Amino acid sequence: MATATAPAEPTAPAEPTVPGRNEHPLLMLTARRLGVGVVTLLVVSMIVFLATEVLPGNAAYAVLGRNANPARLHALERQLHLNQGLLSQYWTWLSGLFTGKLGASLANGQPVWGLAEPRLINSAVLVLVTGVIGTVVGVALGAIAALRKDSWFDHVTSVVALAVTSLPEFIVAIGLIILFSTVVLHLLPAVSLLPPGVYAWSQPELLILPVATLVIVIVPYIFRMMRAAMIEALESDYVEMARLKGVPEWRIVLGHALPNSIAPTIQVIGLNFLYLAGGVVVVEYVFNYPGIGQGLVFAVSNRDIPVIQFIVVVLAAFYVCVNIGSDVIALLATPRRRIPR
Amino acid sequence: MTGTAPVIPPAAPPPAVLTRRHPWLSVLWSAVRTPRGAAGLTMALLVVGVAVIGPAVSPHSPTDLVTLTFAKPSGQFPLGGDFLGRDVLSRVLNGGWLLLLMALAATAIGIVVGAAAGMSAAYLHGPPDGIIMRTVDVILAFPQLVFALLLLSLLGPKLWLIVLAVGLSHAPAVARVIRSATLDIAERDYVKVAELQGMRPAKVMAKEILPNLVTPLMVEAGLRLTYSIVIIAGLAFLGFGQPPPAANWGTMINENRIGLQLNPWAVIAPAVLIALLTIGTNTFTDAVARVTIGVDRRPEEAALLDDLGPEQA
Repeated sequence: MATATAPAEPTAPAEPTVPGRNEHPLLMLTARRLGVGVVTLLVVSMIVFLATEVLPGNAAYAVLGRNANPARLHALERQLHLNQGLLSQYWTWLSGLFTGKLGASLANGQPVWGLAEPRLINSAVLVLVTGVIGTVVGVALGAIAALRKDSWFDHVTSVVALAVTSLPEFIVAIGLIILFSTVVLHLLPAVSLLPPGVYAWSQPELLILPVATLVIVIVPYIFRMMRAAMIEALESDYVEMARLKGVPEWRIVLGHALPNSIAPTIQVIGLNFLYLAGGVVVVEYVFNYPGIGQGLVFAVSNRDIPVIQFIVVVLAAFYVCVNIGSDVIALLATPRRRIPR
Repeated sequence: MTGTAPVIPPAAPPPAVLTRRHPWLSVLWSAVRTPRGAAGLTMALLVVGVAVIGPAVSPHSPTDLVTLTFAKPSGQFPLGGDFLGRDVLSRVLNGGWLLLLMALAATAIGIVVGAAAGMSAAYLHGPPDGIIMRTVDVILAFPQLVFALLLLSLLGPKLWLIVLAVGLSHAPAVARVIRSATLDIAERDYVKVAELQGMRPAKVMAKEILPNLVTPLMVEAGLRLTYSIVIIAGLAFLGFGQPPPAANWGTMINENRIGLQLNPWAVIAPAVLIALLTIGTNTFTDAVARVTIGVDRRPEEAALLDDLGPEQA
């Protein structure tokens, strides 16, 4: 198996894998990745903090704009802790991220955490459902296209995938709305009428169109990677060897080619989860889905700084975590790379 | 976080064929002659034509109220009216050029900044490399659209800021690709010779390395142009574009979608134009990438993995 897992490289050194030594580099790498991730997140939090607190004169001015008068400015400065030193402001905010004491929204005075929590969960549901469906569909389509290379199925899916990869998600969303909820058919609700603060699963049919949109956007990437990896696996020596030995084709596909194509595909699946962190913003806005993406758009429109800070940091944290996760999983799926060099 | 996946190395050997004076021109020409490239270019040019010639042939003013709210298409107004009773056709003809211009500018910023950063990181090694690539990691932790939204929330929805934000958010990915390409080129003999002759690093990069990066940069530019269009149109859709009376394809889709039942053309027309444009630029880029790599291996996969960066052992 050690040689079998590297479709990207023609000659993998067939070093015997020593089980005891395997854990070590993996742990090291994970630890290093985690370290880099934590540092990256700290820097990100500083940038977000500094940007929103310091850059445009001061946040209180930015919020009040032309309505600024000394009394209101003073009150708001106190509310945002702008009268404290920079370092203690940062510390108040950073510790608030962990304790949930994030201050109050500037738009309606409610606590940020109370506003954000149901939105976070709604977005997490959207991302997870999309990720799972998208991965399964992408891997399956890619494998079928590779098995029927140069068939009409392969050609059609490849051209469609190329076209769809470049479509903006709001165009896909509008297309689905036109097809399924307004002009052509009237099957599904075009926008959700859920008030913010309600969990999405109370009306699951509202998930259908947002999930469908995001699935359509991510499937082509997974499909193309899976197809390419699977074609390489099917042309490899070990598959030829298995064929010569008379292993039944279904076992070659399921037992050899598929597992070896998954490893390179995992990184692309990870990338698609990364994409979803940004993709939910537009899609939630289109469908009025009460998640953090929609919350971010509202907050940016209102210059609701505490909410913007929180959501941006959450999205960045998600980004960094998925990055680390997909690297580690890809490593786990590629035994050869676990060998210390 | 060491080297990045090799997009370019496999393509490196053919310089013998391509070392004519403008190898990138021949690459473009070969791409145009593939069915894929021709189709992509045709689609993109069609939309560019509408956007550029549009304002000159628009039958009405894009901002005048000339018909009824969401009026159905008629002889005088082939695409009907929008949510305020303006002529949809005129707004479609006027609503593209600025989007195109902004996308081109953002792409240029991303390519220039990204290429400079990636090339310097790879060629100068050591501390500059570390600093540049760590900065890249930090910026990559923001999803592109979120990065733009963050900047817009700070400084207000200004058009130049949108261009700058989108451009800068492209730079890290470009830097990674160009860094790995430069690492390969910097080892070539002619670079070593130039160094031995005492050429300054800045000059080596400009005279010896940059000319060899034109083809990967072309592919990057195509990809980033597609993304720029997607993000800038998306921002306009979210309400961060030109202020209200102005016509903009992204904004039109959002403002007219409440009237989809009455006059769907007010949404379909701008949506189809944006879709054709992004599909066109992406398909053409795909054709160019295939020509440069010269195999039936999808270049995007390499680029995708390259975005991930490390770990291609």
